Amino acid sequence: MGSTQMPTPGIDGTGLNLQSSAGEATGDPAAEMIQLLGPDGKLGTDPVFSDYAKRLDPEQLRGFYADMAKVRRFDQEATALQRQGELALWVPLTGQEAAQIGSGRATQRQDYIFPSYREHGVALTRNVDLAELLKLFRGISNGGWDPRENNFHLYTLVLAAQTLHSVGYAMGIQRDQKLAEAAGSNEPKAAVVAYFGDGASSEGDVHESMVFAASYNAPVVFFCQNNHWAISVPTEVQTKIPLSNRAKGYGFPGIRVDGNDVIAVHAVTEWALEHAREGRGPVLIEAYTYRVGAHTTADDPTKYRGSDEEHAWRAKDPLDRLEKYLRSEGLADEAFFEQVKLDGDKLAAHVRSTTQNLQSPDIRESFARVYAEAHPLVAEELAWFEEYSAGFEGDDEQEAGN
Amino acid sequence: MTTMTIAKAINEGLRASLTNNPKSLLMGEDIGPLGGVYRVTDGLIKDFGADRVVDTPLAESGIIGTAIGLALRGYRPICEIQFDGFVFPGFNQITTQLAKMHARSGGKLTAPVVIRIPYGGGIGSIEHHSESPEALFAHTPGLRIITPSSAHDAYWMIQQAVECLDPVIVFEPKRRYWLKGEVDTENAGLASDPFQAHVLREGTDATIVAYGPLVPVALAAAAAAEEDGHSVEVIDLRSLSPIDFDTVTGSVKKTGRLIVAHEAPTFGGLGGEIAARISERAFLHLEAPVIRVGGFHMPYPVAKVEEDYLPDIDKILEALDRSLAY
Repeated sequence: MGSTQMPTPGIDGTGLNLQSSAGEATGDPAAEMIQLLGPDGKLGTDPVFSDYAKRLDPEQLRGFYADMAKVRRFDQEATALQRQGELALWVPLTGQEAAQIGSGRATQRQDYIFPSYREHGVALTRNVDLAELLKLFRGISNGGWDPRENNFHLYTLVLAAQTLHSVGYAMGIQRDQKLAEAAGSNEPKAAVVAYFGDGASSEGDVHESMVFAASYNAPVVFFCQNNHWAISVPTEVQTKIPLSNRAKGYGFPGIRVDGNDVIAVHAVTEWALEHAREGRGPVLIEAYTYRVGAHTTADDPTKYRGSDEEHAWRAKDPLDRLEKYLRSEGLADEAFFEQVKLDGDKLAAHVRSTTQNLQSPDIRESFARVYAEAHPLVAEELAWFEEYSAGFEGDDEQEAGN
Repeated sequence: MTTMTIAKAINEGLRASLTNNPKSLLMGEDIGPLGGVYRVTDGLIKDFGADRVVDTPLAESGIIGTAIGLALRGYRPICEIQFDGFVFPGFNQITTQLAKMHARSGGKLTAPVVIRIPYGGGIGSIEHHSESPEALFAHTPGLRIITPSSAHDAYWMIQQAVECLDPVIVFEPKRRYWLKGEVDTENAGLASDPFQAHVLREGTDATIVAYGPLVPVALAAAAAAEEDGHSVEVIDLRSLSPIDFDTVTGSVKKTGRLIVAHEAPTFGGLGGEIAARISERAFLHLEAPVIRVGGFHMPYPVAKVEEDYLPDIDKILEALDRSLAY
């Protein structure tokens, strides 16, 4: 250790040394990465997180697989819908299923989630109807679901803006819990999860959110999916150290986890959420994963990366390894996998028919929602628009008659 | 009725909000024990504690962004931006997030965040401390912008901003912080609607529209014009989004002449918006083009020449002369 580095003992109060090689390790990421389920489908051990993995029963493990398969099938269907002109754009998640299902399934009902815009898997775990997600990409709505119903916020497209909202929301939870405790209430404690990516990690808002979270000890888990590519720019341009190591600079724990290992992601996120809910402050999780597909349907990865890299990551596929494990341990039979496939097709059919039946909104709704309270300018412009529109009444009939 | 400065009136208004609305809280840089660089929050941390008067890290995007999160959780954050020129690190959060939260959620979410910004020049300060960026925010749908010019208005308007379901930016005329006035803390009276313009002085020959720090200047110009035999009406706009065009239009229909004065650069400023609207609404009543008096198209100049930059009585009178000469 260099003489300029200050020791930071016990910053998380757990005695865990989660950042032992921080700063030095720019090379082999696997050396400091939490992994339980390897690509070979074999379950390894970890001194801390194996205990969390042991809490999982076979039903939950099968559920993880079913979720991941479902959201992958959804992803394929949405991509197809975009190719068929039903969506303006699609943001595929394939490759990141374990990071999203593992973390999403670790949250509890009272927790609040701020996604970025690729968290379709997390949406699934929060019981959001996935067809609702497509409204944004079809140009129907900027967020079809009610965030308060499932504590799953709208997608945020301005990168990292939601990390600050997460911290503010967590500061609100802190205040609510203080009042609730004073009133003797036994409400379950809550935390917030802020999702962002390796690209967004360079945004100033991520820095500010971590400063605020640390200052106020806010119950927030920063969940960074490092999928290796910010559109066409590799992670090396965003950071020279593992992103999880940045937590050390803010004074809270940072953990890099194999983002394609749903068991490890779940374990680490459960640990982090418990840490946050218990008032021990924020945690940064870096889920080390890979965006197997394009950034969006408008992107062309062949222009900036080789297919060998994609092949290498496909060998670490999150679904394959859990399937191997479930089969080898006798936790799931062929009928289960058949059923998963059928359920996926059913979901895809639901998403397709719902999307095709989505009605375009009326711009009058846009007028109505600019402000929560009456606004004379909006009212005036709406009145003008009504009058203007009325001038065209009957035109359609005339055209039809011609 | 109590006599107090505008700064004290805002302080008392904040105190009333903190007392009446348990979900309200203040956030900002140096607003705790110091009471803010202008002492507007003086003494509040002592009475309401650090959970409700929050000294934040020095980061404007962080202040606004976390305030949005608090608002989503049901709180009513009241943010202080230390100086006008320092709001820009928070501009992204204000314009892309705060302003749009209600609209993009289909009306399901509200983000009732209040942002207080001391603005304007005339205090001989160094760069970035004397700016008037109100047009940048007024141009953004989803925000409401108000600016008090008197102690009574200041006391009530800050509380009305806190109770509004929409995000409200309160531009506080910093060079008038020490201007004293009568405050009725029992009755808002004429100040009951923060989005309504006020006719402060009636006249028949021309109308001067001003807001914030230039309201006393406009009144002084009108008084000087009276000595020359001109009867000038003065309107305090009070709200910059929405703008109470009805009041302005009514006045112009009576006087036939309009001068709009603000410290912000004239080009692309609210004066242009008002001129355009009035030309649509009262074209046949106008005896002269609407004349704008405002800042030049330059970065706010150094303090030693700011007198030449700022609209003052003479510049307004010169504009009035041009208008009356038509």
